[in-house]
Amino acid sequence: MGRLTGGADQQKSRLNLWQAAFVIARRDFRAILFSRAFIFFLLGPVFLMGVGALSSGVGSQIRAETADPQVGVAMSLPDTAAMLAAHSVLDRQLGRALPPMAALEVERGDSARLILEEKRGNYAAIVTGTLAEPIMTGTQDQLNALKGRIALIAATANDQAPRQFPKITTQNVATSGASQRSGRVVTAQIGQMLLFLLTMLLAGMVLSNLVEEKGNKIIEILAAAIPMDAVFMGKLFAMLGVSMVGIVLWGTVVGILAGFTGFDLGAVPAPAVGWPLFLMLGVVYFSMGYLLLGSLFLAIGSMAATVREVQTLSMPVTMLQLLVFFFASYAMAKPGSPMELAAAIFPLSSPFAMLARAAQIETLWPHALALMWQTICVAAFIKAGASLFRKRVMHSGPQGAKAKKRFWQRKGGNNAPARSSTTP
Amino acid sequence: MNDAFAKNRPLAIEARGLVKHFEGTIAVDGVDLSVPEGAIYGILGPNGAGKTTTLRMLLGIIEPDKGVRTIFGHDRPHDISRLIGYLPEERGLYPAMKAYEAIGFLGALRGLPLAEGKRRGRELLERHGLGHAAERQIRQLSKGMAQTVQLLGTLVHKPRLVVLDEPFSGLDAINQGKLEGMIRQLADDGTTVIFSTHVIAHAERLCEGVAIIAGGKVPYAGSVDDARDRIPAQVRLETHAREGQWRGALPADARREGDYWMFSLPESGIEPLLRALIEGEAGILSLSIERAGLHDAFVHIAGEAAARALNEHSVDGAE
Repeated sequence: MGRLTGGADQQKSRLNLWQAAFVIARRDFRAILFSRAFIFFLLGPVFLMGVGALSSGVGSQIRAETADPQVGVAMSLPDTAAMLAAHSVLDRQLGRALPPMAALEVERGDSARLILEEKRGNYAAIVTGTLAEPIMTGTQDQLNALKGRIALIAATANDQAPRQFPKITTQNVATSGASQRSGRVVTAQIGQMLLFLLTMLLAGMVLSNLVEEKGNKIIEILAAAIPMDAVFMGKLFAMLGVSMVGIVLWGTVVGILAGFTGFDLGAVPAPAVGWPLFLMLGVVYFSMGYLLLGSLFLAIGSMAATVREVQTLSMPVTMLQLLVFFFASYAMAKPGSPMELAAAIFPLSSPFAMLARAAQIETLWPHALALMWQTICVAAFIKAGASLFRKRVMHSGPQGAKAKKRFWQRKGGNNAPARSSTTP
Repeated sequence: MNDAFAKNRPLAIEARGLVKHFEGTIAVDGVDLSVPEGAIYGILGPNGAGKTTTLRMLLGIIEPDKGVRTIFGHDRPHDISRLIGYLPEERGLYPAMKAYEAIGFLGALRGLPLAEGKRRGRELLERHGLGHAAERQIRQLSKGMAQTVQLLGTLVHKPRLVVLDEPFSGLDAINQGKLEGMIRQLADDGTTVIFSTHVIAHAERLCEGVAIIAGGKVPYAGSVDDARDRIPAQVRLETHAREGQWRGALPADARREGDYWMFSLPESGIEPLLRALIEGEAGILSLSIERAGLHDAFVHIAGEAAARALNEHSVDGAE
């Protein structure tokens, strides 16, 4: 539309998008930093570490208290003794490759099948028969897993396998292709896990970010003064700033503790791109991962009218985060595969997949490409979220007779949704 | 629409054919408005008439389905955000902010540097008798005080156009008077003020121009004087003589109300009638010519039903 008549002032007089976003970000940053929520946010990693330590302790306890399943040997007395002796010899050579073995007395009228079916003892399988023709009873999967090893033990017991082994002189090297690969996979896993935990901590806070403005009716003032995109951007960057404060604080604490305990970063397998670049990429991918997920969650949360609605939304949102994390973790095991490429391209998993890539592959240009792609996606997500908010919450944009009616509106109108309180 | 009101004057706001639907229901149906710069302009109508929707469209908070609007010649209100101050109907501030910070923040949204906004915030609070509350959090203020803080935040960046949606609702009589004074002061300083209200008295006391809105339509937009002039002035006559020749001189619509005769001012003016009354020895005790009020004009223009709705809401409201 062109200018109408009147004393028009041609001078444009407004904040640009970034300035407007800064006004929102500054307010939110200070408000969050000086709130109780920030204390809980800071303590978040402590809770996570506590839960992790607890579950790992409980796991070890359970493992310690649960005896490994044994293979019972119910042959004739000499054969049983020979089997146990062969097991003992081979166990020294093969380490923990062999299952524990124990002699088993089978009474008259009893059978290996009966003992297993009645779940007596902690037996994975029972070996009967002779050394020349052992018979193994067990479930199909146990038979498949143990058959070869039981045959080796029986052959050794029957003097058909060597009892003498040559002494091997060992030469130790610091690393090899295989150990480097597996080490980098560990680094990638740790990186992904940290990224996931950090973004998960923020999700709940982002979801409820616009509820305050809607509840306090401030949203109307913001919408009148600055573009909604700026509101969304400001809120996202404020949370990013808050999380950076958290990271710096925790980083400092961890650094100090590492200094005191003499922890050597060199003990952790070095990532492919080297530690300095990996840490830098970690911060950048965290920012991108947060901005991508955050813009999505902010848009979802902005549709909620109350804190209760936000709480209802938080479960599916956490599930979504987990799915993205699992996808990226799964893809990490197959570097260079179409699956890994898909994880790197899909915006929400891209930061996770690319950080894992940085741990495993030296090439740098894919990171530049990925960061450009992620930036475009962040911009698109913010734009789409703000547009959705304007349409669905602020009731802006065409909604007239031309607007397509939904099925419940076509049927009669008794079930039509109530108008928002923001409409007059 | 009375264009004579805004003719040859630079316009702060111009709207043509604004239409807005909500969920298939028409909320605003072809609104035309011309608000001259420096005027105090009222949008008058009962609740649900479309006042807020019209203001929100003018400000670009929502986009119209049809029609065009310009603010100081710009069709994108956000582009001239610094020139506009807006007080929404549903007031809102961050409860944890201090009063002067809230004013500063509202100014910052409109492009005023935060430090300057806070400085002006303290100054404005002091000037309006709330200096003692500057350091208090919004949640610690009374509703009226918080409302004043928000109004000051609307004005802190010295806008050229101030848009107030139902600014008098929720205020006691004293604060309503203060607000009227502030609005007059703004207009004296050259600021254009447009406000919505369902209380005719405010519009009548303050406004140079009004748009009467009912059922999403604007049956009248123009000067308050022109609206009132749509109804002939009423003559109120008290005579000593009850009967006499003079009775024949009274217009056809004359009716007796207690001791008075009431009738519309004849088109020929008051002098011929006066002459006939004197010659007919009516014994005039008193005679007054009363110009129609905005309420009568509203009834005349928008109809009885809209006027009833307006009165009901005025009674329901806090005024």
